[in-house]
Amino acid sequence: MASSAAVPFWRAAGMTYITYSNICANLVRKCLKEPYKAESMNREKVHFSLSKWADGKPQKPVLRSDAPEVF
Amino acid sequence: MLRQASRLLSRSVTAASSKSVTARAFSTELPSTVDSTFVESWKKVAPNMDPPQTPSSFMKPRPSTASSIPTKLTVNFVLPYASELSGKEVDMVIIPATTGQMGVLPGHVPTIAELKPGIMSVHEGTDIKKYFVSSGFAFLHANSVADIIAVEAVPLENIDASQVQKGLADFTQKLASASTDLEKAEAQIGVEVHSAMNAALSG
Repeated sequence: MASSAAVPFWRAAGMTYITYSNICANLVRKCLKEPYKAESMNREKVHFSLSKWADGKPQKPVLRSDAPEVF
Repeated sequence: MLRQASRLLSRSVTAASSKSVTARAFSTELPSTVDSTFVESWKKVAPNMDPPQTPSSFMKPRPSTASSIPTKLTVNFVLPYASELSGKEVDMVIIPATTGQMGVLPGHVPTIAELKPGIMSVHEGTDIKKYFVSSGFAFLHANSVADIIAVEAVPLENIDASQVQKGLADFTQKLASASTDLEKAEAQIGVEVHSAMNAALSG
């Protein structure tokens, strides 16, 4: 049953809405004037740890972090 | 197996109801939003079991819509890191919906609109405040409350025109040279966002 709704171009290319929305926000932030730009770069920081699972056990976690080191 | 399940369940339900009222504390708070056809057909099939609760019976009733259209629109404009406008009473908002610029007045038909990168303007008397919104959603409710959520929203003065031009040129070039679908999509998003910013700054 073919879908009759027209999908947005980014959805057709395999992108989700969240990815689209984050890309838009990043592009807007890059075009800001100076003091605002530095403040907004703060909002782009991410901190997460990702571990793939195999045979019911988590493998080595991958930590991706922009947060400053505490120690 | 399922036949036994209903027998076991009804056994535990009747055991609970034979105990005091405290075992079923929520039953006294039931609002009367019950679907009667569902309840009747349930009773035909399982007369000894109480019909199950549905989420809507636990919800508070929706706020009632005023019979006359209010004079002001209440706007809640939020960003992930700040609440830009909270319960502000205005005359009109114009939002950049994907279907075009949409003017929202008090008494607007309830709508959920996806926003595209563009200018959102808040009109209060003669005062107009403009923001460039990167993307988001607008929920317009029946009681003239508008909830607008965006990921980034900046006043137009904070946008640097030269960087916008540079970005536009960059992405137009990337769009021409893109090979995979994903690259094309990203370049197209870049072109759209930068052209919207360009139009916002010059319009």
